[in-house]
This record gives sequence, structure tokens and C-alpha cells, in this order.
Amino acid sequence: MDLSVDYLGMKLRSPLVPSACQPLTGYIENIKRMEEAGAGAVVLHSLFEEQLTHDRHEINRHLSAYTDSFSEASSFFPQTGEFLLGPEEYLNHISKAKRAVKIPVIASLNGSTPGGWTEFAKKIEMAGADALELNIYKVPRGSDISSAAIEEEYISIVKSVRAQIGIPLAVKLSPYFSNVANMASRLTEAGASGLTLFNRFYQPDIDLDSLEVRPDVLLSNPLTLRLPLRWIGLLYGNVKADFAATSGIHKAEDCLKVIMAGASVTMLCSSLLRFGIGHIRHVDSQLRAWMTEHEYDSLRAMKGCMSQKNCGDPVVYERAQYIKALHQYQPNRDL
Amino acid sequence: MGRTQKTMDANEAVAYVAYQVSEVIAIYPITPSSPMGEWADAWNAVKKANIWGTTPSVIEMQSEGGAVGAVHGALQTGSLATTFTASQGLLLMIPNMYKIAGELTPAVFHVAARSLAAQGLSIFGDHSDVMAARATGFAMLCSVSGQEAMDFALISQAATLESRIPFIHFFDGFRTSHEISKIEMITPDDMRAMIDEKYIEAHRKRALTPDRPVLRGTAQNPDVYFQARESVNLFYQECPLIVQKAMDRFSKLTGRSYRVFEYFGAPDADRVIILMGSAAEPAEEVAKLLNSKGEKTGVLKVRLWRPFDIGYFLQALPASVKKIAVLDRSKEPGASGEALYLDVVNAFYEGAQRGLWPSGQLPVITGGRYGLSSKEFTPAMVKSIYDHLKQNHPKNHFTVGIIDDVSGTSLPVDASFALPDDGVFAAVFYGLGSDGTVGANKNTIKIIGENTSNYAQAYFVYDSKKAGAVTVSHLRFGPKPIRAPYLIEKARFVGCHQWNFLEKMDVLKVLDPGGVFLIDSPYEAEEVWGHLPRPVQEQLIAKKPRLYTINAHQVAKACGMGSHTNTIMQVCFFAISGVLPQEEALEAIRKAIRKTYGNKGEEVVQMNLRAVDQTIQYLKEVKVPEKVTSMSQLRPALVGDAPDFVKLVLGTMAAGRGDELAVSQLPCDGTYPTGTSRYEKRNLAQEIPVWDPQVCIECGKCAMVCPHSVIRIKAYDSQHLKNAPISFKSRDAREPAWKGLKYTIQVAPEDCTGCGVCVDVCPAKNKAEVKFKAINMMPQHPVAAQEKENWEFFLDIPDMDRRKVDAAKIRQQQVMEPLFEFSSACAGCGETPYLKLLSQLFGDRIVIANATGCSSIYGGNLPTTPWSKNKDGRGPAWANSLFEDNAEFGLGMRVSMDKQREYAGELLGHLAGNLGADSCNEILNAVQKSEADIYEQRQRVEVLKRKLMEVKNPEANRLLELADLFVKKSVWIIGGDGWAYDIGFGGLDHVMATGRNVKILVLDTEVYSNTGGQMSKATPLGAVAKFATGGKPTGKKDLGLMAMTYGHVYVAKIAMGANDEHTLKAFLEADAYDGPALIIAYSHCVAHGINMTTAMQNQKAAVNSGQWPLYRFHPDKALSGQNPFTLDSRAPSIAVEQYMMMENRFKMLTKSEPEKARQLFKTAAENVSTRRRLYEYLAQGKLVAQEEPLKEGA
Repeated sequence: MDLSVDYLGMKLRSPLVPSACQPLTGYIENIKRMEEAGAGAVVLHSLFEEQLTHDRHEINRHLSAYTDSFSEASSFFPQTGEFLLGPEEYLNHISKAKRAVKIPVIASLNGSTPGGWTEFAKKIEMAGADALELNIYKVPRGSDISSAAIEEEYISIVKSVRAQIGIPLAVKLSPYFSNVANMASRLTEAGASGLTLFNRFYQPDIDLDSLEVRPDVLLSNPLTLRLPLRWIGLLYGNVKADFAATSGIHKAEDCLKVIMAGASVTMLCSSLLRFGIGHIRHVDSQLRAWMTEHEYDSLRAMKGCMSQKNCGDPVVYERAQYIKALHQYQPNRDL
Repeated sequence: MGRTQKTMDANEAVAYVAYQVSEVIAIYPITPSSPMGEWADAWNAVKKANIWGTTPSVIEMQSEGGAVGAVHGALQTGSLATTFTASQGLLLMIPNMYKIAGELTPAVFHVAARSLAAQGLSIFGDHSDVMAARATGFAMLCSVSGQEAMDFALISQAATLESRIPFIHFFDGFRTSHEISKIEMITPDDMRAMIDEKYIEAHRKRALTPDRPVLRGTAQNPDVYFQARESVNLFYQECPLIVQKAMDRFSKLTGRSYRVFEYFGAPDADRVIILMGSAAEPAEEVAKLLNSKGEKTGVLKVRLWRPFDIGYFLQALPASVKKIAVLDRSKEPGASGEALYLDVVNAFYEGAQRGLWPSGQLPVITGGRYGLSSKEFTPAMVKSIYDHLKQNHPKNHFTVGIIDDVSGTSLPVDASFALPDDGVFAAVFYGLGSDGTVGANKNTIKIIGENTSNYAQAYFVYDSKKAGAVTVSHLRFGPKPIRAPYLIEKARFVGCHQWNFLEKMDVLKVLDPGGVFLIDSPYEAEEVWGHLPRPVQEQLIAKKPRLYTINAHQVAKACGMGSHTNTIMQVCFFAISGVLPQEEALEAIRKAIRKTYGNKGEEVVQMNLRAVDQTIQYLKEVKVPEKVTSMSQLRPALVGDAPDFVKLVLGTMAAGRGDELAVSQLPCDGTYPTGTSRYEKRNLAQEIPVWDPQVCIECGKCAMVCPHSVIRIKAYDSQHLKNAPISFKSRDAREPAWKGLKYTIQVAPEDCTGCGVCVDVCPAKNKAEVKFKAINMMPQHPVAAQEKENWEFFLDIPDMDRRKVDAAKIRQQQVMEPLFEFSSACAGCGETPYLKLLSQLFGDRIVIANATGCSSIYGGNLPTTPWSKNKDGRGPAWANSLFEDNAEFGLGMRVSMDKQREYAGELLGHLAGNLGADSCNEILNAVQKSEADIYEQRQRVEVLKRKLMEVKNPEANRLLELADLFVKKSVWIIGGDGWAYDIGFGGLDHVMATGRNVKILVLDTEVYSNTGGQMSKATPLGAVAKFATGGKPTGKKDLGLMAMTYGHVYVAKIAMGANDEHTLKAFLEADAYDGPALIIAYSHCVAHGINMTTAMQNQKAAVNSGQWPLYRFHPDKALSGQNPFTLDSRAPSIAVEQYMMMENRFKMLTKSEPEKARQLFKTAAENVSTRRRLYEYLAQGKLVAQEEPLKEGA
């Protein structure tokens, strides 16, 4: 049984790739367990643009606050050597991960504005990352900013990062573009060799008791798979990039669907948070069982077979509200 | 090639040598010696080696007594060991020092000499501590400057090994320990050359080892103890020669020569001053000047004071001397003279007898005291002593530097006398602790010291307040070594880094005419003059300086530096002063920035570099006009209708003129009035909280958490609103019990520090705009005048009758008047809300024993103090004894008051016939549980006292003095974790064990906060603290659990930010319990590396994570068969790591040693989980009322 796939110019032993997932990939021990469970590669948790600047200011502020103010205490913390702030700590983590496992280690950089932080991509490469996933995360607030300007900023960031590194670059983006296909194409032209679809923004919630707006992490569910499934299906064969499907991949069937739509790899996050790292092994065995049952020798054989380009009815990917689907829906009569 | 020169203070210089010539270093923090231990710990953390290539072991102990014990043990087993200490710390070492010396054990203790606590504590410098240790048998070597301190650290080490006499190497606390100067570095090769290995071998051979077993520490009897004590004499006789030989060897290595007694001055001097320490420097300079004018004066510096070698001493003095003034920097009340004076007198007497000095030429010898508690010792004072010695009968036992109008000891001083500046550039900078002025000046002095051939000196003066601390930096540099260990009196450059200082202090007093004055001004250059107060304008016109201004706060803000104007003002100084060519100076500043901030990341470096580049363009020169235009005067230091003593004495101190107070003006026994902080309006807050009555739900939380008691609540009859200011706010009270009353929350605008904790905890939000709460921070300036008027009106509204307040409900309890207010604690302090609550609940009937530490400093540091009293004149009576003895101190109070109460009862019994048996019985048997009970008892006692005044009987007179003891009095023993967990734990344990009715409040900040964040046994696992640079590897001591094991101790662990009702309940239960009670209170602190505004959230997270469980252990419950233990916090709802990452004391370890942090955090989580299970087990346990008899066969 051949589960190997090609992604970003790398041959992975499996399409199952834990995605950027802070609580899990922040620990070397976990990354080892992911490899043992059968992961094809691992995407490390994201280094955020804000981390690159915020941590430094915070440490400086707190360690210098109240210094040289009192006769009895010229400081409140011991003198320490270098702090591993933001990139240094992250780079260290990459190096350790590389030493710990044989599967490819994909670093992740998360930012929203063009600027000096993109230079850290070079350090990420030097630390030994096999590839870089660039997560562009932006919620524009000003009504005076045009869509075109925002799109241009995305392109500019990708170009800027591309210029820093020689390793493969994947871009993780959101579905909220007027034309995702156009953006996918332009991002590829700007230097992305892979597209990870899609980023799920953390949507804030309102706490009615405290009247506070609170950040809230909602884990994905299998239903959220539909969005990447659709767009990978649409883009496969039309955009020269490898696709990674993320959001809602919980079981082998989910993997198979997105691979058939055209994905090279399937990224797992919420399911691992729910069921643990051992879930990779479970999906792997489900995958093998399904392929055995359905007489597939390799995943390569099925990749993209259900994409818009290869499926019998291309229209199904395109209509926003497909009349057949609506007509077939049977609501609960008791509603 | 010349030797390396560095700028550093003596603490660093001494630690540099001591660390490298030691194998074991036992430390304990105490001001001003703490930095020596901190340096040792910091070097240890990076595995810096000593001169033998191995990293010394550095261990923090629980007290100085512990440190010296560890040193003794290390020495006995053959290691080279040292310690650093001062003041009370040295006193705690004395018993062991007798042992170490008695066993002829080589060691050096480095002491930053400091005052001893007597009528009051002082952290500042004099020789009281080393004087107290003079009989221990330690040799005593005194250095006078940073350079000498480094040199003598090595010379003493060499000498102790050869002589076998242990040494105290001491230098003046603060003046030398903290003064930064240019020092020529001793190299490790120098150290190796000075230390003869054969003496180390000999030391090792004397070590205790089972391979060559011996026995030390015998108990000796009358037959031999005496002779054995005399057996060491030869060692002491040889010691001075050994020291001199070491000094001579050192001279060959470094070119710096020293003598055990060193004379400077005219070879035919008729007047000589003899002294030790930094004061010798100005003494020499004055002698030089006087001699150049034809006078014949000299100075004898005593370097090796013990063993005192009379031969060397007399040899050093010119035979021509006729009159001598011996100066002691100490006070020995009742003695026939201070120690050095007596030594000198004896030296001449004995020297004459032994033929070492012509007996017919004995000089007149006078003794004098100077410089206690870092009192300035200036050239003018030296001159006054030489002048005084010209008199035929000079005063003996004189003082200099004070006005002694009680016993007439003081010498007159011509304050106008000063030494010529000799090319020295002197600059003074006024700043706030929070603006970084001192840090910038430390960099400045390093830049000048290390980039030019100039010698440099920097000394920093801090005020006694923690919030809004003012700093004054004194910088000197010039072509010759600077020997001026006193503050600058005439400066060529004065920088004022805070505009509002101009309104309250005379910053121009030190400015030399024609000098430079730089102000950080919020006004445009052309508007500056118009905003200056009149006295400032007058001085500027008179002194005609060049006046420069910059809006440094604006530049800092634009560069992202917040209130840190340090870099900007530093650039201005270099740009204006011309000390270095401008571009060279700027490059040096840039280099210093990279060095200072490099480890904090490139962003921080760049931020400061931007400030360097942007500053010059905003620096403007202002032409000083010829006419005064302003009408505004400086603000008085104290305001309001204060008693005369407060106005005249404390007011003078508060105005910074305490040096002018005469002896007669000060209390002779250290007794001061309470309630004086209310007169010092410090106006620190840029923003103050403003109440919104429409949104308020009257929960009382804002007042409860206010660290400075500036938020007050009253519920009152509406008639009191007559004549209320227009802007005074009130509303109908919503508390059902107060129906019909009005309710007001009022802020004291001039006492607020602007911490914002009140707003953070306010649970009530404006429903239309949720960003507003029931209390909101607003700029102070626009509301200052109206709120000041409102505050004064509010104070006149009567407090609610305490009998009508349900003290168990915060919403009601918070109307109780705080009797702890406006302390000098840090803005947002986590300790003071507990003290305020204590004062509200029981303040009118408590006596407080307060351990030394933060709470004794903000609670008792002059001039004004926060413990207060109510309208009846009642309030907490407060005293600080020591750091280590506080529990015992409080127990003594309890025993004393109980005894007096018992005796009063006996007297009452005797007098029952005169007074009426029923009323006597009522008094004796009164239940005093509630406020109403106590009120009634007070009434009974008043009646009793009136009756007693009519009874003409000695017993009645005695009872009259004691009658107030019939009203319940609580003793509260208060201190921090350094006291409770470490230095005072033995006493604390004993006091609890006695079962006596004392209440112990531990303000647990989990570090030694007052001395700068050193690890204590309360420090949690994984936290970074001084002496735990790599994160504390072991867990926090469970003090509460230990106390519970007694069974009869009430114990509560509380965190106000997590559960304020629980906190209140614990205080009420503790005070009501008839036995010992221990409350351990989570107290957030600046040493946690947190945002102090939101610190109550940290408390909550600590509890929610399980790191800080809340519980109460009530022994009375056990009496009724109930489980005495109640676990009051729920099962953890957040991960321990989540809490830890909220605080930089933990988080910084993830940035410095990520893997170690992970391990420690994991262990911390496991420990929390284990402890939680233990507590749950205790909470679930059922007590069997009576043990069932064992069944047969069981």
C-alpha cells in the first residue's frame, strides 16, 4: 500500500500532516509521537509577527520597570544572559525538531503587514526547516481600504518572504476573497509553491455576563471540510501549486475526499486536539482499510480524480446554490 | 600597556575579587550589601570560574545567622569561604564569628558598613555594625574607595590565609558600596600571585575529615578555658606585619601602595585628624589645601583597625603633633568615648609607657562623631575640625554635621567653605525612578569613564517613597582622581527630568552661576518661561545659566518608549555639555544602548537608537529674560491643619531640609505621631478614578482593593448634603439595610497614585458603552480642583456608626474608616489592601508588630506615615523591632497586655467594694465579639474610670492606668514571606506553638521584595528570582499546612483578587478565634514582572489554576466534631502554565532556558495536582468525635 504523496517538492510517506497547532507542536516530544503515529510531515506552530515585536518590548518593560528607583533595590530580577525572544526561541525549536525526527519539518510564519519581520524567514531556513508555510492573517478594519489594496499587500508579503528563502513556500490563506482562484494564481506567481486552504480565523465571542468580547477558539468539525473541498476541486489543475487541505479533516473518508478533489496532503489539527496524537494512527489504518476494500494501491492514483477538471459534472463545483441540492433537501416535517 | 579600567561600584569591585578567591559563598540579602551576593549568584549562574578554574558554590541561606553557620562549616571542612553582609546581618553573625576567630580560621567577610537600628532603623552607612563586632577576634581592614575596596578584598584574603586570623573587610555603606567610580582592575594573575598556595594547603590540612579525625568545639572548664583563650595572642601580634607585607607585595604587582596606618599631610603637622573610611578622602584634600596656605595639618587613615598595632600607629604619626581629633562614624551611648578614640588614647598612653612615644609630648586628643546614617561629611566640616583644634581647650566628644542644641556637642561649620573644583565637571540630575534617569546616568558615567582619560564618579540619592520615587544623580568627572565622597553642592549642569519638580523642590539650589539648566518641559520653548514658578524664575535671572528645554516625554512617546525619557535626556546632556565631541558621544551612547538592551531584542535597541537620532532636533535653547513674571510659588511639603510637630519637624523633613533640624526637635526615644501621611499631598497620578453613581452597584470592591486607601465610601443621612459642592456626587443607597440613606464613593485626588486597580476590578459596566464602568480613570488635571473640594467635604460627613455595619458583607464593611492610608507603597501594591482591611475591621483596638521589610518601610519611613487614627483618637499602635524577631516581639506584646489585663482584673476585684460588684462583674465577664459588644464595654470602662478618679486609693490609681485593657485588644504580627518563611520562621513556629492569642498576617509576595526580589522559601517552583536565576528548582514551603499540624492554630490562605469575601471572612474568623491565627495572603508585587493595574487578575488566575489554593482551618470546628479544614477554592479551571505565563517571573525562564522552563512548569503542574489531592483528602476527612475503643483481636 503506497500512501506516499508529493508536496512542495518533497516526498512524504503519508498525506497525514499535523498542521500548525500550538499546544501540540510546541513540544519536541509530541512531534516525535506524531512521527511514530505515521505523520508524513509536521507543520510547526506559527511564529506570529506580533510575537517578534511584542515579546521583546514586554520583557524589556517588565525587567526594567522599577529599576534604579529605590535605595534598597536597584532591580527586581537577576541578570540573565540572552533571552530567546520570538524568533530565537522558535529557531531553536526548529533545530531541535529537525534533530528529533526524520519526517520533513515545515515551519510556519504568521503575519499581516509587510515589514521587517519577513526577514525572519531567512533565519527559519537557516535553522533547518524543510519548508515554510506562510499564514497571512488579516482582518481589515478601515472601510477606506480597497480589496485591491489588500490583495496587493498579500502579494507583496509573499514576494518579500520568497525573496528571503530558497526552501519551498506554501501560503495559507482565507477564503474571503472576491475571487479565490485569482488570488491563488497570483500567489503562485508571487512564489508560493503550495496553497493551504483554508485558514480559519478565530472569531471573537461576547460574554453576556461580563459584557466582554472574548477570543474563543472553536475547533473545526467535519462540515467545515466542504469549503476547502470545493476550492481545491476548483483549483486543481488550473493553478500550478500543491494543495494542502485543512479544516474539518477528522477521519479517513475526509482525507480521501480532499485528495480526490486534488489535495496533496491533508492537515489535522482539531481532530488531534480532540482525540490526541494517536488519532493519526487511527486515520492511517482507516485509510489503508478503505483503500484495500476499494482496491487502490496508491493515493497518487486517486489524486484529483474528483476535481472539477476531472469529474463528470463540472457545474457542481460552481453554482453557489445548486438547485438539485436544494430540491433534494428534506426538512424535518415537525419543524 | 596600562591595566584595564572599568567603572563600577565597590559592591561589584569587592564581589569580583571575593568570588574569584572563594570556593563556597553563603549569602543572604541585606542593604547595602545585597548586590555583592547578587553578583556572586549571577556569575555562578553562568558558571564563571574562580582563579583555580572551578565555579564556586553559592548558596542562599535563611538568615545571616544561617549564612555564617554555613561559612563556618565550609571553613571547618577546608574550603575557602566568604560572605557579604551589613548592619543587623553582621550582628546576627557575631556568635559564630567568635567561634571562627577562636578556632583561628582564615576567612574574609565583606561588609558594606551600615547603621544599626536603635531609635529608628536606617539603611544608610556608618560604622556602627563593625564597631559592634570588634570584640569577636576578627581582624578589621577598612577601605575608603571603590579602588581600595577591590584591592583590600584581595589583600585581606592573602593576609587571612597567612595569619589564620579571619577578617572583616569593610567600607562605607552606600557612599562607597554604591558609588560608581573608575577602577583599575586586578587580574586573576594578580590574585594568584598574592595568594600563597602553601597557606591554602595548610588550611586544607586543618580540615575536618574522617581520614584524619580531630575534634573541635569542646566544652572547656574553668581549669583551661582562660589559658586556651590566651593561646592565640601571637597570631594577633603577627597579623599587622602580615597585612603590611601583603600590602607591600600588592604594591609591587599593581603600583598601588598602602600602609596599615597611613599618614598624609605636613611632616611637621601640629593638628591631625585620625579616622577610617571614605571620610578620609575629603580630610586629605582639606589638609592639602590648608597646608598650601601655611597651616600644618595632617590626616591619619586607619586601614587595619584590628588588630590595633600601637607601634605601627605611633610610627605613622609625626612627632610634632600637638592636637588630635579622632573621628568615629558611630555612637556608643554611655561609653567614655567611641571605639577608635579610645584606641588612640590608649595607644598614646601605652606607647609612652613602652617608650614608643615621648611621654612628655602627649598630644591633646579629642574624640568626635560624624556621618551617622550617611550624614554628609563635607570639606567644610573637616575645616571646622581643624579650626576647632586651634583652640586651647578643644571640645571633646564633639559632633560635626548636626546642630546639637541639647548637649552642645556640635562644632560650628562655615558652609561657604569649599575645595576648588580642580577641573572637575559636576552635574546633578533630578528624575523619577520610573523615567530611567539613574540608569541613563550609570551609562553616562561609563561612557565618560571608559571612553575618555577622565576619572569619573556617580552617586545616586533616592527618596524613601516607593510610589513616585524621586532620584537625584550626582555625577563628577575630571582629569584627576575624584576624592569627593559627598554630594555635589555646586553643579555646572543641572538637569530636571520632570517638570512638576520645579513646583515642589528647589532644583536650582546647586546650580553654579553661569552653568547650564536643562528642563524636560511639556511646553513649547517659547512658553517655558511663562510656566516657571516665581522662585525658579528668580534664581535663573540671578544665576544667568544657559537654559535648554526639550519635550522629552513627547519624543519618548513617539519612539515607543513610554515614560522612559532616559536616553533622550542623556543625549541632551552630551549635546549641551560638550564633555565629548557630539558625534563621538552619540556613537558611545549607541554602543551603550546596544550593550544595555542587546539581550532584550533588536526592537528595543532600535527604539532607543531612534530616540538618539531624533532628540537633537527637538532640543531648544531658551533665552532667560531679565524680569520675573510668574506669581506662582513652590508648593508646601505638607498641607492642612497639621499639629505643630508635624508642620515644623516632619514638614521640614518632607521639604528635603531634614539636615537643618536640631537635636532638640527630634523625639529622644523614636516615638512619632500616627496619621501624618494625610498632610503630604504628593499628586502623583496623571489619571485618577472618577465615580459614576448611575452605573455603580455598590459592591465596595473598588474601595477594598485600593492600595492607598484613596477610595472611600460613606452612607449617610441626606441632611449632610447641605452645602455640598455642586460637583459632589451621591445617590440613594441601594443596600436594604441603609434604606433612606445617601451613598457616595469619593476619591482623594491628591493622594491617588493612579494605579487603576479599582477600575480593573469594578464589575459594573455602563450598559450603553461597556468600555465605561462605575469607576473610570480620567485625566487628573481637569477634575483636580473640584475633586479636592469634594474630598474635603466628604471627610466632614460623619462615618457610619460601626454598630450598624454588617462587617461580614463587603458592600457594608467598606464604609468602615481605614486607619491605614496614603502609604508610600508602590502604585498597585498587593500588600496594602490587606493592611487597610485590617485597619478598617479592628484598627481602633490593635497593636501591630511589624517585621522589617516593605511593610515597615511604607508603614514607618519618615517623614510621614500611614497608620492613622479615628475621630476618637484611637487607631493602630505600630512598632517595628527587627526582621528576625517579629513573631516573638508580637508575642511579648500579647503576654504583656494579658498580664496587665489579669492584674487589672485583680485590682478590680479588690476594689469591687468601692465600685460596685455588679458593674465590676459586668466588666470582667463582658462578651466582646461584635462592634456593639465592644462599644458597650468601652462605655462601662469609661464609667469605671470616672469612678476610679473619685476613689483615693493607690490601687485605684493603678487600675486607672490599666482600665483600657478591659476592652478587647488584638495583637497583629505582620511581615513578609522573607520573615515568615525564612529568617523569622523559628520564632513564628514557637509563637504559634504557645497557643497565645496572637494574629499573624503574612504578606506573601513570594520573594524578598524590599531588597530587590531575592528568592525566599515562599518562592514557587519555576519562578525566576535573584539567587534563583535558572528558576527555583524546589517547591514553595507549605507554611499553612505546617501550622495546621499543631491543631490549635487558625490558618487561612487567602487571595483578595480571587475571592474578596473569603478574605474578609478569614480576617473576621482569625480575630475572633481565641488562640493563634495565621493568615497567608497572596500579595502581588512589582517583583513578579506583571502589569500592576490588572494584578488582581493574576491573583484570580493563581487560585483558578490551583497554584494558590484558598482554605481555612478552624480549630473550633474540631471541638464540635466537624472537620476543621475547609477547602474554599474550586477544582482548577485553568492550567498552571496558563497562570505562570501571565507573569514574567515565570515566563522569562521560557525565554532564557525554554527546556528547563518546560520541565519546571510540568513539575509545578504535578505538584499543584498532588497538593490539590491532599487538600481534597483533608477537606473530605471525617473527624470521629471520640475514638472508638479497639476491638479485641483487631
